[in-house]
Amino acid sequence: MPKVTVDGLEIEVPAGATVLQACELAGKEIPRFCYHERLSIAGNCRMCLVEVAPGPPKPQASCALPAAEGQVIKTDSPMVKKAREGVMEFLLINHPLDCPICDQGGECDLQDQSVAYGRGHSRYHEPKRAVTEKYMGPLIKTVMTRCIQCTRCVRFSEEIAGADEIGALYRGEAMQITTYLEKASAHELSANVIDLCPVGALTSRPYAFEARPWELKKTLGVDVSDALGSNIRIDSRGREVLRVLPRVNDDVNEEWLSDKARFQVDGLTRRRLDKPWLRRDGKLEAATWEEALAAVAKVNPGNSVAVVAGDLLDCETMFAAKKLAGALGSSLLEGRQTGLAYDCTNLAAVNFNSGLAGIEETDALLIVGSHVRWEAAVLNARLRKAAKRGAKVFVVGPEWDATYPVTFLGNDLSVLNKLPKDADAALKGAERPALIIGGAGLAKGALGACLALSEKYGMVREGWNGFNALHFSASRMGGLMLGYFQAGGIADLVDAKPKMLISLGADEVDYTRFAGSMIVYIGHHGDKGAHAADIILPAAAFTEKAGTYVNTEGRVQRGDKAVFAPGDAREDWTILRAMADALGVSVGFDSFDELRDAMVAEVPALGREGLADYGALPKAGKAKAEGVIEAYPVKDFYLTNPIARASETMQRCSAELLHGEDFAEAAE
Amino acid sequence: MSLADKDRIFTNLYGYQPWNLKAAQARGDWDQTKKLLERGPDAIIEEIKASGLRGRGGAGFPTGLKWSFMPKESKDGRPSFLVINADESEPGSCKDREIIRHDPHKLIEGALVAGFAMRARAAYIYIRGEYIREAETLFAAVQEAYDAGLIGKNACKSGYDFDVFVHRGAGAYICGEETAMIESIEGKKGQPRLKPPFPAGAGLYGCPTTVNNVESIAVAPTILRRSAAWFSSFGRENNKGTKLFQISGHVEKPCVVEEAMSIPFSELIEKHCGGIRGGKDNLLAVIPGGSSVPLVPAAEIWDAPMDFDGLRAVGSGLGTAAVIVMDKSTDIVRAISRLSYFYKHESCGQCTPCREGTGWMWRVMERLRTGDADVSEIDMLWDVTKQVEGHTICALGDAAAWPIQGLIRHFRPEIERRIADNVREAAE
Repeated sequence: MPKVTVDGLEIEVPAGATVLQACELAGKEIPRFCYHERLSIAGNCRMCLVEVAPGPPKPQASCALPAAEGQVIKTDSPMVKKAREGVMEFLLINHPLDCPICDQGGECDLQDQSVAYGRGHSRYHEPKRAVTEKYMGPLIKTVMTRCIQCTRCVRFSEEIAGADEIGALYRGEAMQITTYLEKASAHELSANVIDLCPVGALTSRPYAFEARPWELKKTLGVDVSDALGSNIRIDSRGREVLRVLPRVNDDVNEEWLSDKARFQVDGLTRRRLDKPWLRRDGKLEAATWEEALAAVAKVNPGNSVAVVAGDLLDCETMFAAKKLAGALGSSLLEGRQTGLAYDCTNLAAVNFNSGLAGIEETDALLIVGSHVRWEAAVLNARLRKAAKRGAKVFVVGPEWDATYPVTFLGNDLSVLNKLPKDADAALKGAERPALIIGGAGLAKGALGACLALSEKYGMVREGWNGFNALHFSASRMGGLMLGYFQAGGIADLVDAKPKMLISLGADEVDYTRFAGSMIVYIGHHGDKGAHAADIILPAAAFTEKAGTYVNTEGRVQRGDKAVFAPGDAREDWTILRAMADALGVSVGFDSFDELRDAMVAEVPALGREGLADYGALPKAGKAKAEGVIEAYPVKDFYLTNPIARASETMQRCSAELLHGEDFAEAAE
Repeated sequence: MSLADKDRIFTNLYGYQPWNLKAAQARGDWDQTKKLLERGPDAIIEEIKASGLRGRGGAGFPTGLKWSFMPKESKDGRPSFLVINADESEPGSCKDREIIRHDPHKLIEGALVAGFAMRARAAYIYIRGEYIREAETLFAAVQEAYDAGLIGKNACKSGYDFDVFVHRGAGAYICGEETAMIESIEGKKGQPRLKPPFPAGAGLYGCPTTVNNVESIAVAPTILRRSAAWFSSFGRENNKGTKLFQISGHVEKPCVVEEAMSIPFSELIEKHCGGIRGGKDNLLAVIPGGSSVPLVPAAEIWDAPMDFDGLRAVGSGLGTAAVIVMDKSTDIVRAISRLSYFYKHESCGQCTPCREGTGWMWRVMERLRTGDADVSEIDMLWDVTKQVEGHTICALGDAAAWPIQGLIRHFRPEIERRIADNVREAAE
């Protein structure tokens, strides 16, 4: 623990800290452009210069200099001030003064720092540099003349995303940042470079010229596009969500966000259900709430009710529906829409036990039936980190490009009964062996075999639990905690032939199997579920209601309401409450707070933000794995939920990036 | 007191004899190299230290000391490497080229001896892309040495395995910076790395590496054969040995010549170059160490000893000893402006002050050349050079700033005269 003196203040800094980190610990702000906590150190912007003694009689780049015992650091000396002014001036001489038409305006590092550290005037009277535009795909808008060559984007795509596609061409003044051959940046985390870019060179294409940051209402939310529960900030103006940005949460998403989570929000204004619909003579017709609720009352199902929950739901909605079904005398609840029927009696067995952050620590990992890159893009970046630290990764299932070295063990699950030598040796020799079973593995009934493997290789040991199930639906863990599972899966609901099936935004269900049921669809998009419905009750999307979400590692998180639902759409719980009245039963709550209290009373874990405790893993039986994983459940990363499918941006991404359609705009 | 023929190290500097192995051996190269190696690494390093040899690439760091920074043994299995900098791109420099095309075996033998002394597994000779014939010679010479068993497995029957690889550059000046050279050999864009870590800790492929100039390496075997005492008998204290001087510009006979260090400028010019074109009084200024050092006006340079300390005393540096002589016919502002263009063109673009500053400085220099400027801009330009100097990752920023600083320091009246002329012409 070296002791250093920063501006006269003596502090102790952790071993291995840089001078910049030491200054921050001392409460001094060090301006920077190229330095970023999560990227490698480039040291090229030269903005973080400080005076360090002992050392050469010139300012030192603090981001790259290790803090050493006895250093005396000055961050406010005349030399430092002059150095910062100099670098600032250099950065600005070739930067266009187009702040009024730049989307970064108001949240631009260059703007802020030139106010704080600049000279206030320019001495440069020569012609400025101009750089041709570069095409980087449907999500990233480029104005490369604004680029200050900090290379954050280059380092991000190389180090975090593992896609070697952004780089620098030419040298000196002529240096330009571009994607290889101006191809679209085509990985799932590509848009994070927009956040990383300290200037307006890389901005959001769908959000271009939409709003200024100070006009936006910022709401803290939780992402529902996958089961990671990435922390997001929802920026809205009036009734419209304009963009979604990641929030920092080191335990969940660090500060990254998948492209889908970020850009599906334009789907929130398209194909919305903004009034009730009723099926009359086989055709859906618009109706009023009175007519719709009367139609619900007319079904009068008695206790012949079943509820199927969709992928994007908050716990409150599921709890309200559970109460309604319960009041009617039914407990037929299911959330696994596509027919999965794994055993849920012990939730520890279907939880991501190592934690999303913890999985980085693994040194040998077996993935069974999960296309992690598409099912949890941000998690894949963590697995990449583990692999870079030396973890050996093995995958059972069809091949996919992981961005890190992976050994594929074939599609046949029987390989789990006797792992090949290298995998066996790696897991045996590992200090922290781990296993991830994904949707495709769960679907083939490999859970038992995986539990057996976990016991065989001692994946649960002192301070380490390496047994992980990776879900894909944001509502999955919450649903399971609320009892949304049947022993036989959704087949139990089919067999019960319910008179009324309440579909809570369930758009992946094969509704032909419920041909005899009245289908009441409570959801927000005119997607598959609505097409099959008899009664459509328009509800709120995740940005339009407060809610509790549980991610795949059992982390309970809450999101706030950013905007109001459009038209006649209502928050889901009020719809269910109204249905209770229409059906003449009592659900026991009249307000959202009462609903939440009742939910917490029943499932106390949902009342505490943070990791839920599911206890110990069950004893493994003698399960044998069999079957072949033909394909993963996610067929198209960009179109996995009704919001994304309604989103123009996501449709274009799917067409251009996955199906090779040519939208590329010629660069002048 | 000038250097006698018997004391020359580079006896085939002018290519009067063939470069090949046979001729090189006749000149004394590869003569009992095994015996040299048998002295052991530490003895070799001590001998080089004692000789007072300072790096010939420009910075003048003591060579023996540099070698001694290399690990004595590999603690983690990483090999060590020697990288030889033959990316001679400094305007004015042309000594490595003469060594490689006429005396390549001195370099290859030096690589083995130096590599052995620093316990390196292999040497990489990074040769400038434009040196096409020289690279051909070097490739052939290395092959000759391999065929004769002088390098490779059991080099010179010493029991030491040592490989020599020749790597051609692609013509970027910045790849002459040691860490940029390492990046380039690794197949990356030639951009200098941050230091620390220094190459001796983590260099080529993350392994301990020493980067030396061609001349520093090529003189090593001769120093070992003729003893440190012989080598250090030339030159002043702290500036020992012989050195290849490359005199270009307005002298009667430009040449590359091996001379003792600390030889006075006047003697170097009068003796080897036939004097200044038009006589001593016609001398305007001299850039004594390649384009990156500040120029020195005639009066100050004439009696200055040509060595590291002597030239520092006149506000310049020995650099690579590439002496650019300019007589009074020279448009000195234009000359320096052309150098500024060179640095703008060769800046790698990685760090801000150099990327943006070199272009700015060149543009202002171009206007000062024609006088299309304001007098206050001279001070501004001075200020800009100070903003670049010492703020960059590598020394290219300094190299770009110094020639301009030298110009302003010594020729400010000339610049002001042009501005005044321009103003008057505009008024007329």
